[in-house]
Amino acid sequence: MLRLLGLLALTLALTAPALARDTLRIGLTQFPSTLHPSIDSMLAKTYVLGMTTRPITGFDHGWEVTCFLCTELPTFENGLAERVERSDGSVGVRLRYDLQPDARWGDGTPVTTDDVLFAWRFGRHPESGVPSREVYTDIVDIEVHGPKSFTLELQDLEYQYNAINDLQPLPAHLEAAVFDAAPAAYRNRTLFDTAPTTPGLWLGPYRVIEVATGSHIVLERNPEWYGRTPAFDRIVIEVVENTPALEATLLAGEIDMIPGEGGLPIDQAIAFEERHGDRFQIVYEPSLFYEHLEANLDNPIFQDVRVRQALLYAIDREALTTQLFAGRQPVAATKVHPLDWVHIDDVKTYTRDLERARALLEAAGWQPGPDGVRVDADGLRLSFELSTTAGNRTRELVQQFLQAQWADVGVEAVIRNFPPRILFAEQLSRRQFTGMALFAWLSAPEHLPKTIFHSTMIPSEANAWSGQNYKGYANPRMDALIEAIEVELDREARAELWAELQRLHAEDLPDFPLFFRANAHIWPKWLGGVRPTGHLDVSTLWVEEWHVKD
Amino acid sequence: MLDHLLRRAGEAVLAWLIVSVLVFTLVGLMPGDPLDLLLSADPDITTEDVERLRTVYGLDTPLWERYLAWLAGALGGDLGFSRLYAQPVTSILAAPLLNTLILMGASLVVGLAIAVPLAVAAARHPGSPLDVGLNLVAFAGFSLPSFWLALLVILLFAVELGWLPAGGVHAVGDPSLGSRLLHLVLPLLTLSLLTVGTYLRFARGALLEVIGEDFMRTARAKGLSRLGALVRHALPNALLPLVTIVALNLGTLLSGALVVEVVFAYRGMGKLTYDAILANDFNLAMAALLLATALTLACNILADVAYGWLDPRIRYGD
Repeated sequence: MLRLLGLLALTLALTAPALARDTLRIGLTQFPSTLHPSIDSMLAKTYVLGMTTRPITGFDHGWEVTCFLCTELPTFENGLAERVERSDGSVGVRLRYDLQPDARWGDGTPVTTDDVLFAWRFGRHPESGVPSREVYTDIVDIEVHGPKSFTLELQDLEYQYNAINDLQPLPAHLEAAVFDAAPAAYRNRTLFDTAPTTPGLWLGPYRVIEVATGSHIVLERNPEWYGRTPAFDRIVIEVVENTPALEATLLAGEIDMIPGEGGLPIDQAIAFEERHGDRFQIVYEPSLFYEHLEANLDNPIFQDVRVRQALLYAIDREALTTQLFAGRQPVAATKVHPLDWVHIDDVKTYTRDLERARALLEAAGWQPGPDGVRVDADGLRLSFELSTTAGNRTRELVQQFLQAQWADVGVEAVIRNFPPRILFAEQLSRRQFTGMALFAWLSAPEHLPKTIFHSTMIPSEANAWSGQNYKGYANPRMDALIEAIEVELDREARAELWAELQRLHAEDLPDFPLFFRANAHIWPKWLGGVRPTGHLDVSTLWVEEWHVKD
Repeated sequence: MLDHLLRRAGEAVLAWLIVSVLVFTLVGLMPGDPLDLLLSADPDITTEDVERLRTVYGLDTPLWERYLAWLAGALGGDLGFSRLYAQPVTSILAAPLLNTLILMGASLVVGLAIAVPLAVAAARHPGSPLDVGLNLVAFAGFSLPSFWLALLVILLFAVELGWLPAGGVHAVGDPSLGSRLLHLVLPLLTLSLLTVGTYLRFARGALLEVIGEDFMRTARAKGLSRLGALVRHALPNALLPLVTIVALNLGTLLSGALVVEVVFAYRGMGKLTYDAILANDFNLAMAALLLATALTLACNILADVAYGWLDPRIRYGD
């Protein structure tokens, strides 16, 4: 028996490396709920679709807008963008795009303007089920010049006018009939979910050949792909939701890599690196996940900016990232990421200064109380609830760190956590929280924080709880800056406005910046060419560059 | 007997309907609508979008109307569409259901096959080193956290020794019986280690109770060995309480073993139900929970029948 088992182990050991060279096995923690490019947004889906589809435009590694399926990005300088001034005073823009001449769906059908028109028609339909219709309804018109060329007119001229990242062409030759038969039922009948192995659904370097719901997806090289031939014959995406089990699966050699886009939490990755760092390449890429604290500014405690500043002076964020994350997650000065081109260093900074924190609190009327917690003249204690997503181990550690540090200046934070659905859908969206909430925003490069800082975006019963300005921040200067940036096309002028916005953010503290989350990518030593981006246009959009190192 | 079974079946149907109302109401009243979550997660989504989606997903009607529509569909064989997996519920259930039945059924059989002989061995000489040792094993079995035990067997057999796959139902691209069996070993081992302890304790306790009965002394007086008397006379009598435990455990055949399924990436009903509830996937959650309810009710009826069969003193409807 032992001989047989030994032989089995030897056979596995001998065959595993051979398999790894023509098949790449990737372990993820999530299974995509749908493979339709325009229904639902989910990181696991984005990761898979990066290998099987291509957007018309997207962000590159330098966080700039670039062409994927188009041949040249329209700008005013190259004459492919044209300002439109309408009689009602509104200003729009016309943009001409040419699609890659050799782009074909997996069944050989050319990718044409019909596919763009169908995507637009689908997205605008009220029963389509797309999460946000804005990207489709903002398109006033699409003028077709030929099978590979079109001009679209956007309702508003804004600073990222040529980024149509969310307008993903859909295979009209397969999907239009399904949609037209019953638009309301399309989301349940789309071939992307009912027959995802249909070759004509995919136009990327790979196409889907097997889907085992909840378990794995198998991709195979797409012979119709117009770009560089990818190195691997097949890519297998296996889902192991439990991260310790995912780590064990990697160590057992059943998967080759765990991508940062949906893999191990940072603390687990750091521990993994300590134990097995010599066997793998481990890369930490800062992402656009902005971990921060938001206080309900209706609470009198937080209305005084001196208190807000004192709270930030009281915490040592450098120590926080060093002690909890081995310094892998950079401290945030504002919501603007250090890798974003509009980021500036010249803002008010808050290194831990307990004397200054105490002085600010005393100036704001908070004196030490009998039990160590400060009180104001009316006897109100400087105490508030600190909430986050229950079960998120990393955030719970951060909470404890903050609680201990604030206690040093006489501030009491009472931890009260909620399941994510309750925290986001009730406590925050309905503004039921009274103290502080610790969570993250995920944004795009040069993303305007309009929905989270503009005063019109405070959720209330009157506006049916729309907007994400959960804190209730209202500052006319912030509103003006946001409105100015939105329509400023000149990069230098816009950079100035962004600089002022960041200075205002750091000074007025509408929220409390903590750190930018980093993604931990774990790759085999033999894999090359993988370049994480840190934003939502994930590394798989360049999967054709992945290769086995010499 | 038939009258009794029909009455019990009628009661079971009524109980199932009541449970379906309760489950639908509880799932429907859970805080945090999935569309509210969408609103908070997508910075570009508008209130109009949410209202439109509420209509598209049929969430704009009262809960009782939704329940009646669901019940009418379910009675006609249409369990609806899963929002979580973008597929009809009936097509999603088949594979996890089969996986769970295989895993849980096998663990039940293996658990009993190991526990009963061990219980007989322990009951033969109560207080002996063997009995004490088996008791310790039993306590350890049902005291160990399942996630810890699961990770431990993965690290030993998959990572260190490399003998067995760490997880999954079968190897990708190889759904053969051999591959399935190979992938079944570690989750089965984990679950069996956990269940053996429970069955061993119950069977041993029941055996010790009947060992002191008069009929056991009579059996020994007739010349039967201690082991022979235990197996032929004590064991059938001791099976009654075990039947209760097994019948209750049979109900979990369809609800699966959540922790073991998660750690071994073994796609079964436990994980499916958990995900469906968390994601507010009404149709999938209803189907999964009510399937488990139906099986539990059926197992209770089965246990009634088994009592009658095992104990001639129990007769229904006479």
